[in-house]
This record gives sequence, structure tokens and C-alpha cells, in this order.
Amino acid sequence: MKAMFIAFVGIFVIAVAADQVLHRAGFAIDEVTSAPSVRLD
Amino acid sequence: MARSSIRFLTLLVAAFMTLTSAASAQTVPAEGEPRAETGGAQTLEDILRRQENQKLDDSFRSDNIGNPDAAAPATGQLGTLGGVSDAEFWRAYRYNELDELGTVKASAKGPSGDTSVTQVVIQDTGMTWLKFRRGPLKEYGGYLLLGTIAILAVFFLFRGRIMIDGGKSGKTITRFKGIERFAHWTLAGSFVLLAITGLVQLFGRFFIIPLIGHEAFAPVAIGGKWIHNNVSWAFMLGLVMVTVMWVKHNIPNKLDLKWFAVGGGLFSKGVHPPAKKFNAGQKIIFWGVIFLGVSISVSGLSLLFPFELPMFAATFAHMNDLGLPQLFGMEALPTDLAPHTEMQLSQTWHAIVGFLFMALIIGHIYIGSIGMEGAFDAMGSGQVDEQWAKEHHGLWYEEVTGKPAYKDAHPAE
Repeated sequence: MKAMFIAFVGIFVIAVAADQVLHRAGFAIDEVTSAPSVRLD
Repeated sequence: MARSSIRFLTLLVAAFMTLTSAASAQTVPAEGEPRAETGGAQTLEDILRRQENQKLDDSFRSDNIGNPDAAAPATGQLGTLGGVSDAEFWRAYRYNELDELGTVKASAKGPSGDTSVTQVVIQDTGMTWLKFRRGPLKEYGGYLLLGTIAILAVFFLFRGRIMIDGGKSGKTITRFKGIERFAHWTLAGSFVLLAITGLVQLFGRFFIIPLIGHEAFAPVAIGGKWIHNNVSWAFMLGLVMVTVMWVKHNIPNKLDLKWFAVGGGLFSKGVHPPAKKFNAGQKIIFWGVIFLGVSISVSGLSLLFPFELPMFAATFAHMNDLGLPQLFGMEALPTDLAPHTEMQLSQTWHAIVGFLFMALIIGHIYIGSIGMEGAFDAMGSGQVDEQWAKEHHGLWYEEVTGKPAYKDAHPAE
């Protein structure tokens, strides 16, 4: 069962990393779909 | 002050005159005719019909695009508009009744739904997408999942759990290595998360909001969207890993025919067709996961990066070249799609594939857990009982151990 739990932790790590990478690369959906005149924060 | 008041009054009078003359130019239905009470505009009944997904003849709107032939002379009131008011012009724009010069076509109403700029500004296909998403997709998708569960429940009632006929031997052999189990659970765990969050996005409005309310559902939907968008990468990684590791074991061969001939031994006790590492049933699951997984990943990427990865225009062009639509008596598929139409098709396809995928995996989960004794161990600990291996994957058992799995003549020969 160890492989299963490692995989589940891996899914979590990949998801957080993907979120961070996409945000920093400027692919956040709010940035992509809004004009510069929109204040996002 | 007085001058600005006069200017305001002048504007007001001009606006009033414009409105009255525009209204008089429109054909107002006589009393007793449809939509007489709204002067020809849509009624509450029209709105309700649309909300109920009922067919609505909207020609009262699409045909109401002015009449250039009956335009007042250019010197007359509104004559310079060419017999078409602003509202009529925009209706003509929506229903694709403008010619290349941007004036209302004098000819009869043509087919709407082309991919000109009209379809970007006024998205008629958005309603088609929304109706499909709220109607057949939700309905038939739900039936598919519930039907699959019902069939498995009936199967379980009649067949019960498929037991190890020879009883457990107490000795085990390694069925899947750690890296194989890691890949499987990365794919499986991410799939379950994606399936649940996908269903929440689709069904939440209809089944969860009535239970917990809008305020409580909002964070659920936002969290679900975060999970769905970001866990997808783990799914794609798992998909690549299992493909690389298992594809050579899943090439169809003549053994699969023997497996199919006896229904895989699923329907009768003591029947164990010969199989290597994966039997024909597992091969169906494997190739189903690969094809559906690739398709759902590609359409998912198209949704994840909106308008960046349109895929349907090119796909439709290939299908037309192959003559697939014509094979089914259909017209050639459109190949010049508006950006929003591409997104709507991606979402629709993503959901359809998602439902098929879920139905397939429900069956897989059943047979890998409660449906068969000893099956879960293969992916749990990676160790399976030798007797289980002999019964379900006899040829693989012989390859791995070098010992015979069958007492009598070799069943594969």
C-alpha cells in the first residue's frame, strides 16, 4: 500500500507545483481573461 | 444654464421623435395575433419556453430586420438609415443577414451560424451549447453512470464475488512492481478526483445548491475547479507512465479470442481461460483508458488554455477528408469555427468522454475490489496468491515461476 500513498502525495505535490508554475508563467485564468485595466487583487 | 436646458429639451424631443418613428416603421401585430400584447416583441411565454429547452420559433425576431425596399427617401425622416432601425440592424447582424457591405440583405433569410465576426459578437451557438449541457449531456450522462452501477449490482446479486476456486495457497508472487503501482495509483487517484470535481461542476447547480445553498456551494465549486485544473497534470503523468510500462503486454493476440469465447470465466465458476500478464478484459480497459485518456487530456488542455489550442476545426477537416460524416449520411462538418464555438465543442467533448471514462472505470473498480477475491492485492501490496495467479493469469504465472499452472494439457496449445 506504500506505493498507493506515495502516489497520492505525488498527486498533491504535482497539483500545487502546477498551480504555482502556471501562475508565475502568467497563465492564471484571471490574468489571461482580463484586460490590464482590471484590478485582480 | 438656460442654454443647457434648451439643449437638453431639444435632445429629448429628438429622441422621442426617433423612437416614435422607429416604432411606427415596425409592423405591430393586430389584436388577437401572437405577441400583440408586447407589440411584436418576445413574451413571457417565449422566455419560459426557452428556459424549458422547448423548441421556439424565433422568426418573429430573426425576420424583424427592417425593410430596405420600403425605406424612406434619403431626405425623409430616418431615410439615411435605409429603412433599418438600430435594433433591426443588430438583429440582422445576429442572424447573419448583413451582406459584405454591412447592409441588411434584401434577399430572404439565409442560414445562420456561419463563422464570420457575427458569431464572435453575438454567440448563437452559446445557447445550443448551454441547452445541450443542461439537457441531454446531464440526462444521458447520469443515466449511463447509474445504469452501469445498476448492471454491476445485478451481476453481483447473481454471480456474487468471484472466488479463488482452488482456495488460497498461502504463497505469493509479485504481480506489479512498486513503480507500476505508483503509476497506477497516480492515474487512479487523480482520475477519481477529476471525476468527482467534474461531476460537481456539471451537477452542482441542480443537486448540491438545493441541498446546501449558493453560499456554501461557492467555495466547493471554486475548490473543485482548482483541483480539476491542477490535478489534471498528475493524471497525464500517470497516463504516460502506464502506457510506457504496459503497452507491450496489451497487444491483442489469439489468446484473447479464447478469453472472449468463455466470457472470461466471469459468468461461470471453474472456468479459467489462459492469459498472460493481462487478459482480454484488462486489455479492453487498458486501451479504453489510453484512447479516452488521450482524448480527455487534449480537450482538457484546450479548456485549460482558453482559445490557445483550438482543435475541432482541424479535426473536422480530417474527418471530412476521410469522408466520415458522409458515411453516415451527414453533411460535411464545419471547418471554420469561431473561437467560442471551439471552446464549447471542447467542453462538450470533454464531458462526453468523461462520462464514458467514468462508466469504464466503475466497472474496473468493481472487478478489482469487491467483484473478485484477491484482485485488489495485485495493486495493493503488489503480491498475489499463487493460486489466484494460476487461475487468472496462468501463462504469466508459468513465465514468472517456470512452474506449470495447468495440470492437464496446456490450454493455450
